[in-house]
Amino acid sequence: MPNTSTNIRSELVQSLNKNPGDWSQDLQDELKNYQHKELEKPIIYIGTGTCGLGAGAGDTLKEVKDYLERNDIDAEVKEVGCIGFCVEEPLVDIQLPGRTRVGFSEITEDKVEGLLDSVFNGQIPAEHLVGQFKDQDLEPYEDIDYIEDHPFFRNQTRRVLENCGRVEPTSLEEYIAQDGFQGLAKILRTTTPEELCDLIKDSGLRGRGGAGFPTGLKWKFALDNAAEQKYFICNADEGDPGAFMDRAVIEGDPYRLLEGMILGSYAIGASKAIVYIRAEYPLAITRLNHAISVLKEEGLLGDNILNSGFNLEIKIKKGAGAFVCGEETAMINSIQGKRGMPSPRPPYPAEKGLFNKPTNINNVETLANVPGIARNGPEWFKSIGTEDSKGTKVFAVSGDVKNTGLLEVEMGVRLKEIVYNIGGGIADDNEFKAAQIGGPSGGCVPKQHLDIEIDYETLQEVGAVMGSGGLVIMDENTCMVDVAKFFMDFIQRESCGKCIPCREGTRRMLDTLKAITRSRSQEDKSKHESLKRFKSVVYLKRLSNVIQDSAHCGLGQTGPNPVLSTLRWFRDEYEKHIYERTCPAGVCKNLISYNIDEDKCVGCTLCAQKCPSDAIKGKQQVPHYIVDDECVRCGQCVEVCRFDAINVK
Amino acid sequence: MFEIQVNDKTIKAKKGETILDACKRADIYIPTLCYMEGLEPTGACRVCVVEMEGQDGLVTACATPVEEGMEIQTHSPRAVRARKTNIELILADHPDDCLYCVRNGDCELQELAEDLGVRERRYFGDKNEYDLDDSSPAIKRDPSKCILCGKCVRVCEEVQTVSAIDFVNRGSETIVDTAYEEGLNLSNCVYCGQCVRVCPTGALREQSHIKEVKEAINNPDKMVVVQNAPSISVTIGEEFGLRKGKDVVGIMNGVLRRLGFDRVFPTSFSADLTIMEEAAELVERIENDGDLPLITSCSPGWIKFMEEYYPDFIDNVSTCRSPQQMMGAVIKSYFAEEEGIDPENIYSVAIMPCTAKKFEAERPEHTRGGNPDIDAVLTTREFARMIELAGLDLSDAEPEGHDTPFGERSSAGKIFGASGGVMEAAVRTAYNFITGEDLEDMDLESVRGLNGVKEAKIQITEDLEIGVAVASGLKNARKILDQVKEGRDDIHFIEVMTCPGGCINGGGQPRGMDMEAVKSRMKALYNIDKTDKVRRSYENNAIKRIYDEFLGEPLSEKSHELLHTTYKKREDVLL
Repeated sequence: MPNTSTNIRSELVQSLNKNPGDWSQDLQDELKNYQHKELEKPIIYIGTGTCGLGAGAGDTLKEVKDYLERNDIDAEVKEVGCIGFCVEEPLVDIQLPGRTRVGFSEITEDKVEGLLDSVFNGQIPAEHLVGQFKDQDLEPYEDIDYIEDHPFFRNQTRRVLENCGRVEPTSLEEYIAQDGFQGLAKILRTTTPEELCDLIKDSGLRGRGGAGFPTGLKWKFALDNAAEQKYFICNADEGDPGAFMDRAVIEGDPYRLLEGMILGSYAIGASKAIVYIRAEYPLAITRLNHAISVLKEEGLLGDNILNSGFNLEIKIKKGAGAFVCGEETAMINSIQGKRGMPSPRPPYPAEKGLFNKPTNINNVETLANVPGIARNGPEWFKSIGTEDSKGTKVFAVSGDVKNTGLLEVEMGVRLKEIVYNIGGGIADDNEFKAAQIGGPSGGCVPKQHLDIEIDYETLQEVGAVMGSGGLVIMDENTCMVDVAKFFMDFIQRESCGKCIPCREGTRRMLDTLKAITRSRSQEDKSKHESLKRFKSVVYLKRLSNVIQDSAHCGLGQTGPNPVLSTLRWFRDEYEKHIYERTCPAGVCKNLISYNIDEDKCVGCTLCAQKCPSDAIKGKQQVPHYIVDDECVRCGQCVEVCRFDAINVK
Repeated sequence: MFEIQVNDKTIKAKKGETILDACKRADIYIPTLCYMEGLEPTGACRVCVVEMEGQDGLVTACATPVEEGMEIQTHSPRAVRARKTNIELILADHPDDCLYCVRNGDCELQELAEDLGVRERRYFGDKNEYDLDDSSPAIKRDPSKCILCGKCVRVCEEVQTVSAIDFVNRGSETIVDTAYEEGLNLSNCVYCGQCVRVCPTGALREQSHIKEVKEAINNPDKMVVVQNAPSISVTIGEEFGLRKGKDVVGIMNGVLRRLGFDRVFPTSFSADLTIMEEAAELVERIENDGDLPLITSCSPGWIKFMEEYYPDFIDNVSTCRSPQQMMGAVIKSYFAEEEGIDPENIYSVAIMPCTAKKFEAERPEHTRGGNPDIDAVLTTREFARMIELAGLDLSDAEPEGHDTPFGERSSAGKIFGASGGVMEAAVRTAYNFITGEDLEDMDLESVRGLNGVKEAKIQITEDLEIGVAVASGLKNARKILDQVKEGRDDIHFIEVMTCPGGCINGGGQPRGMDMEAVKSRMKALYNIDKTDKVRRSYENNAIKRIYDEFLGEPLSEKSHELLHTTYKKREDVLL
């Protein structure tokens, strides 16, 4: 790590007990260095989070280093986390001494040379340019837009993600240079655990893991249960399909999470803390391990943190990635070396948790909010948001929207703003159909509710939940029965198998969805499958209600949500599948058929040549036809037809 | 005590108890399936769900603690609908073969389906099919019939600390299986059979020997000899609706003869034989600074457990074979000689309250020249089944005596059936071996009862006080062994029984966890002892005779050959 001198780091940590205004001039100058304000040589920042690496940032990084060596250029290369603009990765920023930092998108390995040639020759290329970062201390480029004004960033309010993609995640100095650990130092100096619980309660912070329980209150429960040993657990078992908020925070800004954990542990009186993180997040684990060892070296972890008399040890526990291990009691069982299965509550973890000791569990994003509140006070935190949902929320947006990625918005922002402003609208200019929010336990918000303000309560009113922040945008070509089937399949596979309603109930719900997306010809008449199909539809609602009513944990109780919410807003689509055995969106393969319009077909034979199952028959220059029984519904004929002659019904 | 409202009635509840506890006391019935008395609730089956004022969802009666002023509806339409649906969901994944099932007519699932009025198939789809695990000599597992209530897993882990089985896989593919899904024979299972007794369906059962026994009885060339364990006569009546703990020894002998057994011996005889050898062993070890504490070896589940988990104690365990195996050995030697019959033509059956005895009978140490000392082991349940299959009942026979030469027993041999009994019996004889006198105050109350670990100090002579400990249930065995491991040295003799309470609560006993019945069986055994004329093993005339005529004296060469055995450390097969 360049720029890292242990002495300065230690000095910075020592100074945490003073106001930054009272820091020595030398240290303030050093701080500028870590804020990238006074550069001696250019810095090239490369987003090498897991998402960036997936897009090829690893090769980009290597090529950048090779380029610098080839051309004998003295520049610093910094690996940073994900700034959230995942669709445009690999992202590369370049900052020349004295000038602002400029961001470029889609810089794959082959684009490196052109880009760097240009920049080092004094030319900022327009190609791949995202914009420059605002900084009043540095000289901006003329005629280049500010990144902060880019539609993807303009409508965001970045608090949790403020450092992600901007600072070097391995550098404690850079975190401190962004006011990191100021909150912790202040709290340890001035605030009792009890007061800290009240302060967090006052801020209105609610759990970002999904249920939205008030964090301060939760801490207070654990604080009030006196015990010699208490535990603080960070839930980083992020398991919703398509959600990667926690991963991005840990990879991009690990010290923020750890500061939040130290504060939380102090608040409840825990001397041991654990990060429960899925083993599929190797980079996040590496970053955390590194950060923990640095904090230990600097006395921000271990005994007598910042001379406060408070001791804390943080350990990492890798999980095998079971969705249910996000449930508190299942997670506790998993940490104890048992199978990840929920236990009855009460007793709640605050009373009898890990190894039967009072335990508090918070999600990554919740904890990443805490340092800001500690530093700036509860008023700052609750200055934004809605009446009952304060602060911001991070969403992982995927699906049919132009700008997919990670974004952070003020609570109460309207869904349509996310879709159309930040998300840039629906790809291919299709129509918006629904937004699936809250992961498998969540629900779909239809078009008529695009206007809702996103907060915990409003989402529940339309049958969705905040969840951990997965947001899948779906366009008109989506079949809602198919969507329900996808999520039911997920829930079924991830059920721990303990309680009957979840294990067997979700399975039969999935069976029902499979049955109504099957064609009549696939049914076994001797087994009366057609009758069974209808019967199971009749009991679908009853079954859903029993699962909600009697499943053991949240995973089961919310298991029927994907079906119930799609049934609520898209009942007609279900009815088409059930009664007419058709899929209006043309997605359910068994319910659609391909036909050639004789008037349009010229007999070019292209489709017949492409057809993998030889289902298309016909002579040259004579209209072709499709043998339905042989058609595998791959859709290749539609793609190759130049005369728009193939219909899907 | 405070009040709660259940079904609009006010009932009393105690802090710390569950809704189910309070309702039971008030005679309000709530069906359960995964609930196990005495163990932490898991809330898995959701059959005991009830409606609680102020709660969004239903709550489980088994796991929810009572709180003052709670308002509960146990049979609201919503609660009943959930219960019934959950049973229907289990049935949708259950093989429809009730008529062919070992548990037909005695199945908790059947009973619940009936009680809840399941009359329609509402849910359809594929059923999971799994292979039968027929690999072990004692227990058969049929995962297709398993409803994943988890009782077997809990009893194995929490009562026996063996954890041979656990849940594997996820979602609807979850099953209960051994480590790495190997057969039970390759697992650390000790075959105690406690899982079989708690299984609500036909997923767990013993390896039945009924067919083999019937074939032997029907074979005119075989002399079929049967022994029955001390606890059988005070248990079998329950299977035919008699009072719990009623001793039916005479009638049982009559029934056994009507079933076609040629000779009927009480295992209590060989329990006396065991005491002669074991007491001699104890005295010998005390006098010659041998390995102490001496630990009993009657319970085959404990023996396998020791070989798996406590091999360091191999030299402490008595080399005596169990009463079943001692009886087997003398039947095919002394008895065969006396009768002038080739041991090959003797078919030796043992009726035991135990599944591990099936495993014990198959141990290679208990086979001589290819001929096993015990050919078949029937559990109490199988015995009842055989009586039923023969169209008999306990009212179909007159009381009869045992056969010679092993027909006599002392009551010391009878109390073997209860935890602490072996200890008490051994002390009576050891006292005599050391002092040459008869112990007058024979009732060793401190080692009686259902406590998991019991201890006593016994003054044998002025200079000799021996410390004894009795553990039943393997979790309790661990406690005492760990203390010894950590250096405790005031214990000379330890009795270990695999099952909590001893054989009266063995894995081969009637299904369910009826602790009232277990207590009655225990009481019956001690009542027999209280009034018996022969209460010390060495006073048993048949014992005197076999030593005079055949064995010589305890620990003789002949004894060693026939009545003692060896153990070996079990290497971890899987790692």
